[in-house]
Amino acid sequence: MLKIKLDENNIVILTIDCETKPMNVIDKEFVELFHQKIEEITSDEKNQGLILTSARDEFVAGGDLEMLRSINTAEDCVKVTSLLHKALRKIETWGKPAVAALTGTTLGGGYELALGCHHRICINKPKAKIGLPEVTLGLLPGGGGTQRLPRMIGLQSSILYLTTGKQLNPEKALKAGLINDLVDSEDELIQKSVDFIKSNPEIKQPWDEKKFKLPGGEVQSPKGYQIIPASTAMMNEKTHGNYLAPKNILCAVYEGCQVPIDQALEIELRYFTELVLNPSTKNMIRTLFYGINECNKGQARPKDAPKKAINKVGILGAGMMGSGIAFSTAMAGIPCVMKDISEETLERGKAYSSNVLDKMIERGRCTPEKKEKVLSLISTTTEPKEMEGCDLVIEAVIEDRALKARVTKESEDVMPSDGIFASNTSTLPITGLAKESQRPKQFIGLHFFSPVDKMPLVEIIMGEETGDEALAMCVDYVRAIKKTPIVVNDGRGFYTSRVFTTYVSEGINLVTEGVNPALIENAGKMCGMPVGPLAVADEVSIDLIYHIVKQTVEDVGLDAVDKKTLELSTKFVEELGRLGRKAGKGFYEYPESGKKHISPELEKLYPISKEQPSLEEVKDRLLYIQSIETLRCLEENILTTSRDADVGSIMGWGFPAWAGGSIGFVELTGVKNFKERCLELEKLYGKRFSPPSILDKKESFYS
Amino acid sequence: MKTVYIYDAVRTPRGRGKKDGKLHTVRPVDLAGSVLEAIQQRNNLDTTLVNDVVLGCVTQVGEQGGCIAKSAALYANYADSVSGYTLNRFCGSGLEAINQGASSIMSGYFDMIVAGGVEALSRVPIGSDGGAWMIDPDVATKTHFVPQGISADLISTLAGYSRTDVDSFAVESQNKATQAWEENRFAKSIIPIRDQNGLMILEKDEHIRPGTTVESLSGLRPSFLEMGTKYGFDAVALQKYPEIMEIEHVHHAGNSSGIVDGSSVVLIGNEESGLKAGIKPRAKIRSFSMVSTEPTIMLTGPAPATNKALKAAGMEIGDIDLIEINEAFASVVLRFIEETGADLGKVNVNGGAIAMGHPLGATGAMLLGTVLDELERQNKSTGLITLCIGGGMGIATIIERV
Repeated sequence: MLKIKLDENNIVILTIDCETKPMNVIDKEFVELFHQKIEEITSDEKNQGLILTSARDEFVAGGDLEMLRSINTAEDCVKVTSLLHKALRKIETWGKPAVAALTGTTLGGGYELALGCHHRICINKPKAKIGLPEVTLGLLPGGGGTQRLPRMIGLQSSILYLTTGKQLNPEKALKAGLINDLVDSEDELIQKSVDFIKSNPEIKQPWDEKKFKLPGGEVQSPKGYQIIPASTAMMNEKTHGNYLAPKNILCAVYEGCQVPIDQALEIELRYFTELVLNPSTKNMIRTLFYGINECNKGQARPKDAPKKAINKVGILGAGMMGSGIAFSTAMAGIPCVMKDISEETLERGKAYSSNVLDKMIERGRCTPEKKEKVLSLISTTTEPKEMEGCDLVIEAVIEDRALKARVTKESEDVMPSDGIFASNTSTLPITGLAKESQRPKQFIGLHFFSPVDKMPLVEIIMGEETGDEALAMCVDYVRAIKKTPIVVNDGRGFYTSRVFTTYVSEGINLVTEGVNPALIENAGKMCGMPVGPLAVADEVSIDLIYHIVKQTVEDVGLDAVDKKTLELSTKFVEELGRLGRKAGKGFYEYPESGKKHISPELEKLYPISKEQPSLEEVKDRLLYIQSIETLRCLEENILTTSRDADVGSIMGWGFPAWAGGSIGFVELTGVKNFKERCLELEKLYGKRFSPPSILDKKESFYS
Repeated sequence: MKTVYIYDAVRTPRGRGKKDGKLHTVRPVDLAGSVLEAIQQRNNLDTTLVNDVVLGCVTQVGEQGGCIAKSAALYANYADSVSGYTLNRFCGSGLEAINQGASSIMSGYFDMIVAGGVEALSRVPIGSDGGAWMIDPDVATKTHFVPQGISADLISTLAGYSRTDVDSFAVESQNKATQAWEENRFAKSIIPIRDQNGLMILEKDEHIRPGTTVESLSGLRPSFLEMGTKYGFDAVALQKYPEIMEIEHVHHAGNSSGIVDGSSVVLIGNEESGLKAGIKPRAKIRSFSMVSTEPTIMLTGPAPATNKALKAAGMEIGDIDLIEINEAFASVVLRFIEETGADLGKVNVNGGAIAMGHPLGATGAMLLGTVLDELERQNKSTGLITLCIGGGMGIATIIERV
């Protein structure tokens, strides 16, 4: 794991190589060994310096989350973390120079090792990433990162990197002061490290100098008084108080930068320990790291199904969704053919990719050559017969059963007999659509989210007869286009649309009860949803909601829909023409010049009651209704794993990450407490809040 | 309990709180020393009769640190036997000094004190003492801290005060202050500031802008728009007030209190101490109060403080002849009037801090002197002084001429 080599100058080269792991990561074993090696190295008088480097393409990818997950007491957390602090302080105060020779990506705990050295040199690999992303998983850099970074680059920029987890490539990291030097090769890396050590035989960290001053101004100074209150407010604006990590980071910086480094590390450790033990952090790690990774690795793929090459993808319909799917497919290097009845739509469909690529070029994320290559992979046609040779055909035409039946048949007539046909419907049950297919085993749902190029999730829907081969190919395809698949069974609205609809419906219920629309919208945002339920309704358009509800009534009956949503959407669409943003009016008004605002008409239609519920009550209603519906999906076997529920909720419609997802919210609340609150809400607001019986069967949804 | 009498009140003119303000060259200890000296001289006061000098001062750092009250008492040649005490109740400090002084006299702890305040905002800027509430991320997060300007805009948004409403109030303040100065209504209290050679530095309030109109104010940019929208403070306020979608920013330099330098003191004591000193009381203190309310909206303390003081005095708002409410922001006064039902014609009849400025720690005592002078001029009896205070606090004092 750690190899020691002594060079001819008596410089120790300590090389990290976690052989048993796919990447170099810091775990308990590493910390113990590292501490021991550093003690040995620094107690040997003949050693003249230390080069800390890696045998891998990356330096160190970060801390081992498995280790953090397994920590259940404050004592354990303090024990392992303070050992790392001790080792790094030893390096800093040894009196001899230590250089972090970074071979590539240096993140989290890895970058903290580098911060503990006197000098940081990195190989200029454009794809390498440097930074402290801990905050994105509800943590803070607990290896001294919150203390050494501000002491190195000042309060203002360190707070930015620490609270956003922003990662930089080596060139940008150099500019930002995160590293000191860039080199082009491994040889040069070691040479420059040796040079630095030779020319700085005695060295101290700046913060170990008596006269050390925080660059850019002390905490207790006019500059600090400017930076910190604004940083706090901006943090609270973003988190609405839902995330502990960014707050703890600010606290650690504020408090730690007022005391010497050794005491500062103690302060950091207190805030770090609080986060490690925080249930919200554990939920975030479970879903955002393990859950997404498992989905991305294709855990849902049937193991026995043979891997089949996807040589060509057919896409039916060149609208928003079709063009987005074509873009994502071509970006993955897979040739695709987009079919539509209109040449003009096809033109626009192809221009969509071209525009997205242009924007990427502007941001330095693509080159003109790459653009041409991607575009060359997208061909267009008006002829159904061009689906010939497509291993996968994805249908993205309008939600019309007859049309879908026709294009299914047209394609199946020419596709390879083992080809898979996927429907990107978001509302029509797959099993019904599959009835029109000649090969229902090869018929499946692939529900993309709009805009396809930005949205990371794809919901794969299994019809009653869908076979393993179809699922295997779709999981492979979704992985190939670098999106995250979840797999669900068929049912009205599948999983994501079905649950998401409850958020909007609850917003509508609140309006009709006379709750202040501002309170509804703020509660939505403050519980951590990306936008309020009424704003969302306007965005997806109220006529779409109306059509879905009407269709459901026709198909299943009146009991299957939310009455208030039916009433309000009918009134908005049939009488008032308030269709949402696209019509310039919905719950909001959208003036040509000026900001959108809640429509004053709304109060006339639904007068605001004198008695208003508390913010907490409204937040609870908006969150509980989503988790209850998720539980029903589990109960009805629409969902088969809590993992897919949580990953799908966060990536699909922006359910708050602090909860770890819509099942995570139940876990965080506690199954028993959740059920009790459901009963209270049911009493007050009706049977849509009645606790699903699955709550009686489980103590946890993750055991 | 002994009755507390007000024997005299003096103040400096208020200098603009900027580098080119006339008082920027004058040290705060000198400002406080000048009023202490003046009140001693014009009452021919034997300072051994004074037990304590209590000064409010909000930003007690640098030259305003280290108990400036004691420094100023010594500097103004008060007897060694006079103790000194500096307190910080934010914007209520000057009045708090008087109220605490009054309590001491009522209880018999002291017989006679000089109470007031000092603040040289041009030299020791507001906020330069930091403080956990504003600076500490943990405390600020927990308490939903926002700067006062955001609170003032929150008040106007909730109450529906438009930009024109608040600007019209500001114009009134300017007009009334201009007229008051033209008629020399402040002459009784003003102590002009001179240099060591006897040359005049400042004799009139410097911040005042005669001829201000709603039109001339309309060009000013809202001062707290950027702070609220770019630096997150609006969102923090909305987390406490989710009934509104956004805060409308209507306050600016022209309808908020002016940043100024100044000092003021009031001589108060029991009956015997006045007899000993051979001076006659001008008024007595009827009651006083301190309250605290929701800290994010912060500036709504004056109405409950007033009601509490009225109750303690067995009075109703209609029994008060003249009211001085500190014009921290226009919306604070508008809301106070709405909440208490005070008669507009009795409120700040000689203008207020929007026109003449708000030297934080000194303001409370200045307002007491102002209302006392005006009661005498109009030959009226009762006056109320009230101020909004950081952290949601509110303070009020009721006086009556004798």
